[in-house]
Amino acid sequence: MAEQTAPPAIRTDPPAARPDRAVVRDALGVGVAVGLSGFAFGVTSAGSGLTLLQTCALSLLVFTGASQFALVSALAAGGNPFTAAAGAFFLGVRNAFYGLRLSQLLALPRFVRPFAAHWVIDETTAVTLAQPSRRSARLGFTVTGLTLYVLWNLTTLVGALGAEAIGDTDAWGLDAASPAVFLALLAPMLRTGTERTVAGLAVLLALGVLPVLPAGVPVLVAALAAPAVLCVQGRRARHTAKEDRR
Amino acid sequence: MSVWIAIGATAVGCYLVKLIGLLVPAGALERPLVRRLAALLPVALLAALTAQQTFSTGQQLVLDARGAGLAAAALALVLRAPFLVVVGAAVVVTAGVRAISG
Repeated sequence: MAEQTAPPAIRTDPPAARPDRAVVRDALGVGVAVGLSGFAFGVTSAGSGLTLLQTCALSLLVFTGASQFALVSALAAGGNPFTAAAGAFFLGVRNAFYGLRLSQLLALPRFVRPFAAHWVIDETTAVTLAQPSRRSARLGFTVTGLTLYVLWNLTTLVGALGAEAIGDTDAWGLDAASPAVFLALLAPMLRTGTERTVAGLAVLLALGVLPVLPAGVPVLVAALAAPAVLCVQGRRARHTAKEDRR
Repeated sequence: MSVWIAIGATAVGCYLVKLIGLLVPAGALERPLVRRLAALLPVALLAALTAQQTFSTGQQLVLDARGAGLAAAALALVLRAPFLVVVGAAVVVTAGVRAISG
Protein backbone atom coordinates (compact mmCIF):
# COMPACT_ATOMS: atom_id res chain seq x y z
CA MET A 1 0.00 0.00 0.00
CA ALA A 2 2.68 2.46 1.00
CA GLU A 3 4.48 1.94 -2.27
CA GLN A 4 1.36 2.48 -4.32
CA THR A 5 0.43 5.75 -2.66
CA ALA A 6 3.91 7.25 -2.51
CA PRO A 7 4.17 10.09 -5.00
CA PRO A 8 6.24 9.29 -8.08
CA ALA A 9 9.86 10.24 -7.49
CA ILE A 10 10.25 12.11 -10.78
CA ARG A 11 7.48 14.25 -12.22
CA THR A 12 8.10 15.01 -15.87
CA ASP A 13 5.91 17.43 -17.79
CA PRO A 14 3.27 16.51 -18.99
CA PRO A 15 2.55 14.24 -15.97
CA ALA A 16 4.17 10.89 -16.64
CA ALA A 17 1.50 8.38 -17.56
CA ARG A 18 1.89 5.16 -15.63
CA PRO A 19 2.06 2.06 -17.78
CA ASP A 20 -1.24 0.18 -17.64
CA ARG A 21 0.53 -2.93 -16.43
CA ALA A 22 1.84 -1.17 -13.33
CA VAL A 23 -1.63 0.16 -12.50
CA VAL A 24 -3.24 -3.25 -12.99
CA ARG A 25 -0.57 -4.89 -10.84
CA ASP A 26 -1.16 -2.47 -7.95
CA ALA A 27 -4.93 -2.75 -8.28
CA LEU A 28 -4.80 -6.55 -8.34
CA GLY A 29 -2.52 -6.52 -5.30
CA VAL A 30 -5.03 -4.59 -3.24
CA GLY A 31 -8.08 -6.32 -4.74
CA VAL A 32 -6.78 -9.82 -4.15
CA ALA A 33 -5.42 -9.18 -0.65
CA VAL A 34 -8.53 -7.44 0.64
CA GLY A 35 -10.85 -9.67 -1.36
CA LEU A 36 -9.44 -12.68 0.46
CA SER A 37 -10.34 -11.08 3.79
CA GLY A 38 -14.00 -11.64 2.86
CA PHE A 39 -13.25 -15.06 4.30
CA ALA A 40 -12.93 -13.47 7.76
CA PHE A 41 -16.27 -11.75 7.24
CA GLY A 42 -18.01 -14.95 6.16
CA VAL A 43 -16.68 -16.74 9.21
CA THR A 44 -17.60 -13.90 11.58
CA SER A 45 -21.08 -13.50 10.14
CA ALA A 46 -21.91 -17.21 10.26
CA GLY A 47 -20.41 -17.32 13.76
CA SER A 48 -22.76 -14.48 14.76
CA GLY A 49 -25.76 -16.60 13.85
CA LEU A 50 -26.63 -15.24 10.40
CA THR A 51 -27.71 -17.74 7.75
CA LEU A 52 -25.66 -18.44 4.63
CA LEU A 53 -28.13 -16.45 2.52
CA GLN A 54 -28.04 -13.46 4.90
CA THR A 55 -24.25 -13.48 5.03
CA CYS A 56 -23.94 -13.56 1.24
CA ALA A 57 -26.65 -10.91 0.80
CA LEU A 58 -24.61 -8.54 2.98
CA SER A 59 -21.47 -8.94 0.88
CA LEU A 60 -23.39 -8.65 -2.40
CA LEU A 61 -25.58 -5.68 -1.46
CA VAL A 62 -23.73 -3.71 1.21
CA PHE A 63 -20.15 -4.29 0.00
CA THR A 64 -18.35 -2.09 2.48
CA GLY A 65 -16.46 -4.25 4.95
CA ALA A 66 -16.51 -2.09 8.05
CA SER A 67 -20.30 -1.67 7.87
CA GLN A 68 -20.77 -5.40 7.35
CA PHE A 69 -18.59 -6.29 10.34
CA ALA A 70 -20.35 -3.66 12.45
CA LEU A 71 -23.80 -4.95 11.50
CA VAL A 72 -23.17 -8.59 12.32
CA SER A 73 -21.47 -7.81 15.63
CA ALA A 74 -24.34 -5.51 16.63
CA LEU A 75 -26.88 -8.21 15.73
CA ALA A 76 -24.87 -10.83 17.60
CA ALA A 77 -24.83 -8.55 20.64
CA GLY A 78 -28.62 -8.51 20.50
CA GLY A 79 -29.10 -4.98 19.13
CA ASN A 80 -32.44 -4.24 17.47
CA PRO A 81 -32.36 -4.18 13.64
CA PHE A 82 -32.62 -0.41 13.34
CA THR A 83 -29.88 0.43 15.84
CA ALA A 84 -27.66 -2.18 14.23
CA ALA A 85 -28.38 -0.79 10.75
CA ALA A 86 -27.80 2.79 11.96
CA GLY A 87 -24.33 1.90 13.25
CA ALA A 88 -23.46 0.19 9.98
CA PHE A 89 -24.88 3.12 8.00
CA PHE A 90 -22.84 5.71 9.89
CA LEU A 91 -19.70 3.72 9.19
CA GLY A 92 -20.66 3.81 5.52
CA VAL A 93 -21.02 7.61 5.50
CA ARG A 94 -17.28 7.98 4.89
CA ASN A 95 -17.84 6.52 1.42
CA ALA A 96 -19.76 9.68 0.51
CA PHE A 97 -16.57 11.67 1.10
CA TYR A 98 -14.55 9.21 -0.94
CA GLY A 99 -17.13 9.66 -3.71
CA LEU A 100 -16.66 13.43 -3.63
CA ARG A 101 -12.99 13.03 -4.45
CA LEU A 102 -13.42 10.15 -6.91
CA SER A 103 -16.12 12.02 -8.80
CA GLN A 104 -13.57 14.64 -9.89
CA LEU A 105 -10.76 12.17 -10.59
CA LEU A 106 -12.82 9.69 -12.60
CA ALA A 107 -15.19 12.16 -14.28
CA LEU A 108 -17.62 9.35 -15.09
CA PRO A 109 -20.58 9.82 -17.44
CA ARG A 110 -23.83 10.33 -15.48
CA PHE A 111 -25.39 7.01 -16.47
CA VAL A 112 -22.33 5.04 -15.25
CA ARG A 113 -22.35 6.61 -11.78
CA PRO A 114 -25.20 4.54 -10.25
CA PHE A 115 -23.25 1.40 -11.16
CA ALA A 116 -19.82 2.69 -10.17
CA ALA A 117 -21.23 3.91 -6.84
CA HIS A 118 -21.43 0.37 -5.44
CA TRP A 119 -17.63 0.11 -5.68
CA VAL A 120 -16.86 3.38 -3.89
CA ILE A 121 -15.03 2.04 -0.83
CA ASP A 122 -11.75 2.48 1.06
CA GLU A 123 -9.65 0.28 -1.20
CA THR A 124 -10.83 1.53 -4.59
CA THR A 125 -10.38 5.10 -3.31
CA ALA A 126 -6.86 4.43 -2.07
CA VAL A 127 -5.79 2.93 -5.41
CA THR A 128 -7.52 5.61 -7.49
CA LEU A 129 -6.10 8.54 -5.51
CA ALA A 130 -2.60 7.17 -6.03
CA GLN A 131 -2.85 7.44 -9.84
CA PRO A 132 -1.31 10.38 -11.72
CA SER A 133 -3.68 10.51 -14.69
CA ARG A 134 -7.40 10.09 -15.40
CA ARG A 135 -6.78 7.05 -17.55
CA SER A 136 -4.84 5.21 -14.85
CA ALA A 137 -7.32 6.39 -12.19
CA ARG A 138 -10.20 4.83 -14.13
CA LEU A 139 -8.23 1.67 -14.79
CA GLY A 140 -7.18 1.38 -11.13
CA PHE A 141 -10.73 1.95 -9.90
CA THR A 142 -12.23 -0.62 -12.28
CA VAL A 143 -9.67 -3.36 -11.71
CA THR A 144 -9.66 -2.91 -7.92
CA GLY A 145 -13.47 -2.76 -7.81
CA LEU A 146 -14.04 -5.80 -10.00
CA THR A 147 -11.38 -8.00 -8.37
CA LEU A 148 -12.44 -7.04 -4.90
CA TYR A 149 -16.17 -7.48 -5.55
CA VAL A 150 -15.79 -10.94 -7.09
CA LEU A 151 -13.28 -12.22 -4.52
CA TRP A 152 -14.98 -10.63 -1.51
CA ASN A 153 -18.23 -12.39 -2.38
CA LEU A 154 -16.59 -15.74 -3.17
CA THR A 155 -14.55 -15.76 0.02
CA THR A 156 -17.60 -14.65 2.04
CA LEU A 157 -19.39 -17.76 0.77
CA VAL A 158 -16.41 -20.01 1.51
CA GLY A 159 -15.96 -18.45 4.96
CA ALA A 160 -19.62 -18.89 5.86
CA LEU A 161 -19.53 -22.50 4.71
CA GLY A 162 -16.26 -23.15 6.52
CA ALA A 163 -17.18 -21.45 9.79
CA GLU A 164 -18.33 -24.69 11.33
CA ALA A 165 -15.29 -26.61 10.15
CA ILE A 166 -12.91 -24.02 11.63
CA GLY A 167 -14.55 -23.98 15.03
CA ASP A 168 -13.36 -21.13 17.26
CA THR A 169 -12.48 -18.44 14.70
CA ASP A 170 -10.84 -16.19 17.30
CA ALA A 171 -8.30 -18.94 18.03
CA TRP A 172 -7.19 -18.53 14.41
CA GLY A 173 -6.67 -14.81 14.92
CA LEU A 174 -9.17 -13.91 12.21
CA ASP A 175 -10.63 -11.10 14.33
CA ALA A 176 -7.32 -9.24 13.87
CA ALA A 177 -7.74 -9.15 10.08
CA SER A 178 -10.12 -6.24 9.86
CA PRO A 179 -8.22 -3.78 12.11
CA ALA A 180 -5.07 -4.69 10.16
CA VAL A 181 -6.90 -3.85 6.92
CA PHE A 182 -7.96 -0.49 8.37
CA LEU A 183 -4.42 0.27 9.55
CA ALA A 184 -2.98 -0.55 6.13
CA LEU A 185 -5.48 1.83 4.52
CA LEU A 186 -4.78 4.53 7.07
CA ALA A 187 -0.96 4.42 7.05
CA PRO A 188 -0.35 6.12 3.68
CA MET A 189 -2.75 8.93 4.65
CA LEU A 190 -0.66 9.98 7.66
CA ARG A 191 1.70 12.23 5.72
CA THR A 192 1.66 15.45 7.73
CA GLY A 193 1.30 16.46 11.35
CA THR A 194 -2.31 17.46 10.74
CA GLU A 195 -3.29 13.96 9.64
CA ARG A 196 -1.45 12.40 12.57
CA THR A 197 -3.09 14.77 15.04
CA VAL A 198 -6.53 13.94 13.62
CA ALA A 199 -5.81 10.20 13.82
CA GLY A 200 -4.52 10.44 17.39
CA LEU A 201 -7.47 12.53 18.56
CA ALA A 202 -9.90 10.19 16.80
CA VAL A 203 -8.43 7.18 18.63
CA LEU A 204 -8.73 8.95 21.99
CA LEU A 205 -12.32 10.00 21.30
CA ALA A 206 -13.39 6.57 20.02
CA LEU A 207 -11.92 4.66 22.95
CA GLY A 208 -12.92 7.35 25.46
CA VAL A 209 -16.65 7.27 24.73
CA LEU A 210 -16.81 3.57 23.82
CA PRO A 211 -17.87 2.36 27.28
CA VAL A 212 -20.75 4.85 27.56
CA LEU A 213 -22.24 5.19 24.08
CA PRO A 214 -24.12 2.54 22.04
CA ALA A 215 -22.35 0.56 19.31
CA GLY A 216 -21.58 2.58 16.19
CA VAL A 217 -21.83 6.00 17.86
CA PRO A 218 -18.21 6.22 19.18
CA VAL A 219 -16.84 6.12 15.62
CA LEU A 220 -19.12 9.02 14.71
CA VAL A 221 -17.95 10.99 17.72
CA ALA A 222 -14.36 10.27 16.67
CA ALA A 223 -15.11 11.72 13.22
CA LEU A 224 -15.44 15.10 14.97
CA ALA A 225 -11.63 15.03 15.33
CA ALA A 226 -11.37 16.22 11.71
CA PRO A 227 -13.41 19.46 12.01
CA ALA A 228 -11.97 20.06 15.49
CA VAL A 229 -8.36 20.01 14.29
CA LEU A 230 -9.21 22.15 11.25
CA CYS A 231 -10.95 24.65 13.51
CA VAL A 232 -7.96 24.96 15.85
CA GLN A 233 -5.61 25.28 12.88
CA GLY A 234 -7.74 27.99 11.30
CA ARG A 235 -7.84 29.97 14.54
CA ARG A 236 -4.08 29.66 14.96
CA ALA A 237 -3.48 30.77 11.36
CA ARG A 238 -5.65 33.87 11.88
CA HIS A 239 -3.83 34.62 15.13
CA THR A 240 -0.41 34.38 13.43
CA ALA A 241 -1.59 36.62 10.61
CA LYS A 242 -2.65 39.24 13.17
CA GLU A 243 0.73 39.02 14.94
CA ASP A 244 2.54 39.50 11.64
CA ARG A 245 0.62 42.66 10.90
CA ARG A 246 1.75 44.30 14.15
CA MET B 1 -37.12 -11.46 9.96
CA SER B 2 -35.56 -8.66 11.95
CA VAL B 3 -32.15 -9.64 10.56
CA TRP B 4 -33.48 -9.13 7.04
CA ILE B 5 -34.82 -5.70 8.02
CA ALA B 6 -31.35 -4.77 9.28
CA ILE B 7 -29.73 -6.10 6.09
CA GLY B 8 -32.18 -4.23 3.86
CA ALA B 9 -31.81 -0.94 5.74
CA THR B 10 -28.02 -1.20 5.75
CA ALA B 11 -27.84 -2.08 2.04
CA VAL B 12 -30.08 0.83 0.98
CA GLY B 13 -28.42 3.33 3.33
CA CYS B 14 -24.87 2.37 2.40
CA TYR B 15 -25.62 2.45 -1.33
CA LEU B 16 -27.26 5.86 -1.13
CA VAL B 17 -24.31 7.52 0.66
CA LYS B 18 -21.94 6.09 -1.96
CA LEU B 19 -24.13 7.44 -4.75
CA ILE B 20 -24.54 10.87 -3.13
CA GLY B 21 -20.76 11.27 -3.03
CA LEU B 22 -20.48 10.65 -6.76
CA LEU B 23 -23.47 12.83 -7.69
CA VAL B 24 -22.65 15.96 -5.69
CA PRO B 25 -21.57 18.62 -8.21
CA ALA B 26 -17.85 19.37 -8.36
CA GLY B 27 -18.55 22.96 -7.29
CA ALA B 28 -19.21 21.76 -3.75
CA LEU B 29 -15.53 20.83 -3.52
CA GLU B 30 -14.24 24.21 -4.68
CA ARG B 31 -14.20 25.50 -1.11
CA PRO B 32 -10.82 24.59 0.39
CA LEU B 33 -12.35 23.95 3.82
CA VAL B 34 -14.72 21.31 2.45
CA ARG B 35 -11.86 19.71 0.57
CA ARG B 36 -9.68 19.59 3.68
CA LEU B 37 -12.53 18.09 5.66
CA ALA B 38 -13.28 15.44 3.03
CA ALA B 39 -9.62 14.40 3.15
CA LEU B 40 -9.39 14.36 6.94
CA LEU B 41 -12.66 12.59 7.78
CA PRO B 42 -11.52 9.21 6.45
CA VAL B 43 -8.35 9.57 8.52
CA ALA B 44 -10.40 10.09 11.68
CA LEU B 45 -12.82 7.27 10.90
CA LEU B 46 -10.19 4.70 9.94
CA ALA B 47 -8.11 5.52 13.03
CA ALA B 48 -11.17 5.17 15.24
CA LEU B 49 -12.19 1.88 13.61
CA THR B 50 -8.69 0.44 13.93
CA ALA B 51 -8.48 1.33 17.62
CA GLN B 52 -11.99 0.16 18.38
CA GLN B 53 -11.64 -3.21 16.67
CA THR B 54 -8.29 -3.83 18.34
CA PHE B 55 -8.93 -2.62 21.86
CA SER B 56 -12.57 -3.36 22.56
CA THR B 57 -15.00 -6.20 23.00
CA GLY B 58 -18.57 -4.96 22.90
CA GLN B 59 -18.55 -1.87 25.11
CA GLN B 60 -15.48 -2.85 27.11
CA LEU B 61 -11.92 -1.71 26.55
CA VAL B 62 -9.55 -4.68 26.48
CA LEU B 63 -5.90 -5.27 25.73
CA ASP B 64 -5.45 -8.75 24.31
CA ALA B 65 -3.68 -10.70 21.56
CA ARG B 66 -5.19 -8.42 18.89
CA GLY B 67 -2.92 -5.64 20.19
CA ALA B 68 0.12 -7.78 19.42
CA GLY B 69 -1.36 -8.61 16.02
CA LEU B 70 -1.84 -4.93 15.20
CA ALA B 71 1.71 -4.16 16.32
CA ALA B 72 2.93 -6.83 13.90
CA ALA B 73 0.84 -5.26 11.12
CA ALA B 74 2.32 -1.83 11.94
CA LEU B 75 5.83 -3.25 11.78
CA ALA B 76 5.06 -4.88 8.43
CA LEU B 77 3.79 -1.52 7.16
CA VAL B 78 6.96 0.25 8.29
CA LEU B 79 8.94 -2.40 6.40
CA ARG B 80 6.78 -1.66 3.32
CA ALA B 81 5.41 -5.19 3.14
CA PRO B 82 2.62 -5.94 0.63
CA PHE B 83 -0.98 -5.69 1.78
CA LEU B 84 -1.58 -9.41 2.20
CA VAL B 85 1.57 -9.78 4.32
CA VAL B 86 0.39 -6.95 6.60
CA VAL B 87 -2.97 -8.62 7.19
CA GLY B 88 -1.40 -12.06 7.43
CA ALA B 89 1.10 -10.87 10.05
CA ALA B 90 -1.73 -9.57 12.22
CA VAL B 91 -3.69 -12.82 11.95
CA VAL B 92 -0.70 -15.12 12.54
CA VAL B 93 0.69 -13.15 15.50
CA THR B 94 -2.75 -12.86 17.11
CA ALA B 95 -3.30 -16.61 16.74
CA GLY B 96 0.24 -17.29 18.00
CA VAL B 97 -0.12 -15.16 21.12
CA ARG B 98 -3.44 -16.84 21.90
CA ALA B 99 -1.93 -20.29 21.40
CA ILE B 100 0.98 -19.49 23.74
CA SER B 101 -1.08 -17.75 26.43
CA GLY B 102 -3.71 -20.47 26.19
